[in-house]
Amino acid sequence: MFFKQPNGIIFAIKLETEIVQKSIYKNNFRFMKILICISKTPDTTSKIAFTDNNSKFSTDGVQWIINPYDEWYALVRAIEIKEADPSTILHLINVGGVESEPIIRKALALGGEEAIRVNSDVADSYFVASQIAQIAKEGNYDLIFTGKETIDYNGSSIGGMIAECLDIPFISHAVKFDIVNGNAVVVREIEGGEEIDSAPFPLVVSCQKGMAEQRIPNMKGIMGSRTKPLKVVEPVEISALTSVVSFDLPPAKAGVKLISADHPEELVRLLNEEAKAI
Amino acid sequence: MSVLIFIDIAEGKIKKASYEAASYGAAIAQQLGASANAIVLGKSDELLSLGNYGISKVYNLSNESLHHFDAQVFTKLIADANETIGADIFVFSNTTTGKSIAPRLSVRLKAGLVSGAVALPDTSNGFVVKKSVFSGKAFAHIAINSANKIIALNPNSFSVVKTEGVAEIIDLNLSIPAGKVAVQSVNKIIGDVPLSEADIVVSGGRGLKGPENWGIVTDLAKLLGAATACSRPVSDIHWRPHHEHVGQTGLAIAPNLYIAIGISGAIQHLAGVNRSKTIVVINKDPEAPFFKAADYGIVGDAFEVVPKMIDAIKKLKESV
Repeated sequence: MFFKQPNGIIFAIKLETEIVQKSIYKNNFRFMKILICISKTPDTTSKIAFTDNNSKFSTDGVQWIINPYDEWYALVRAIEIKEADPSTILHLINVGGVESEPIIRKALALGGEEAIRVNSDVADSYFVASQIAQIAKEGNYDLIFTGKETIDYNGSSIGGMIAECLDIPFISHAVKFDIVNGNAVVVREIEGGEEIDSAPFPLVVSCQKGMAEQRIPNMKGIMGSRTKPLKVVEPVEISALTSVVSFDLPPAKAGVKLISADHPEELVRLLNEEAKAI
Repeated sequence: MSVLIFIDIAEGKIKKASYEAASYGAAIAQQLGASANAIVLGKSDELLSLGNYGISKVYNLSNESLHHFDAQVFTKLIADANETIGADIFVFSNTTTGKSIAPRLSVRLKAGLVSGAVALPDTSNGFVVKKSVFSGKAFAHIAINSANKIIALNPNSFSVVKTEGVAEIIDLNLSIPAGKVAVQSVNKIIGDVPLSEADIVVSGGRGLKGPENWGIVTDLAKLLGAATACSRPVSDIHWRPHHEHVGQTGLAIAPNLYIAIGISGAIQHLAGVNRSKTIVVINKDPEAPFFKAADYGIVGDAFEVVPKMIDAIKKLKESV
């Protein structure tokens, strides 16, 4: 096994397997252990419809994808960290039923050594975060990446919840992430600007556009993903705090009112008098 | 039973989204016959103004070190303060700050969280909050089943209600735990309206042909006191900074008025703007999909239409 010291010198050492399993960052040696949270969401172009008296999302004809924030930004940035330092360990985690496995395999085709699936339906964000926190605690991860939100529930809450469960820092809306002198340096988006934070490991970071560029898995990755370990674990007992009562769709727009290009002043009049928007 | 509203401040100023949260929290309190109080972490001389938004008591911890934000520290302080305040409903605005604290507080207090709320809770049968889902394409009604409850309200979805009222300011005496996150710098685009809080947004797309042509967008925005935004391709090719990108993978906004100039309206773009109250589309191509999602549209050359609009708005402003 190769280790890298903070000063960048790499040396070889023989270790017992159980020690290798643990992150030993705290002993000033490090190989970074990263857990990337992967969620299954409907493709962005999916038709949004509901069944069972509007209490369930209609999955008819829905194409499932890895939540784009999890894939394009969290996972790809983690892969880049591993490319810069091959001793890094990347694990993926998903809370979901067996139907999540195709998107987990797709994520493994991009990168990561193994995946863990917590075998359960998604009850609410508190339930999901508690499951992930349990695995994170057992696996002693240095860094947990999530997307900034899922594109279906738009909760933005899993990362913060995991961090609180583990009592570690959480930095949200990261657009840039680097490791400098053993600390995380994160540029995060805030309203009307950016903030640069630094924090020690372990920590949780939620990722968004800017962190990395979207990648397409190559054939080697796809072939390799089939044999990577996908561990299935049963959930710990957690009671959800919220439940979905129903869904509804916004009222349809009345249709566009077209105004002649010769008379933009008419648009201005309508915006002022009819829409009362200016 | 009482409602506690987290008020976010920047350089001592209360943010607009926090006034909305205050009004919203006060309305919930009224609905339940409870009191609405606020908590402010940091120094501000605007605290008394919260009385005009239905707030009875403002709990304040005025300390310089809170100028720098650390979600872990803020969460602990709110939880510690609440041991004496005793609130069971907590309201945040669903901004980057709210999104960092509310989930942590949810775990700490075992309080069910609904983030992205767009309306007052329905308390006729349980406690059900309407929230935006599927990037604005639908709404979900979520029941919070725990005794403690947290709501993070989407900006621009609840109108500020001004009342006559006086707030009592109560200084909190709490020890501030050492934070692990060090804020090295904050870089704000001074003077501009933050996109997420803007009432009016003027947005440009590839139809504008190049960054040198953005004058008509910024002129119109300046005239309307609007924020500027752009489509994904425009930020990808660096015509505009990426923080202006609205859409599925950019910022999701819900202004009162969204004016899209030279944007075709791909479904990913619509996902970020479809909660806007009024949408205006100006595009040369009559087949642009954006017209289907618009309230008003002009099929025409933006370089001719927008300057004429600017003249008309100037005349309108002079006549008022």
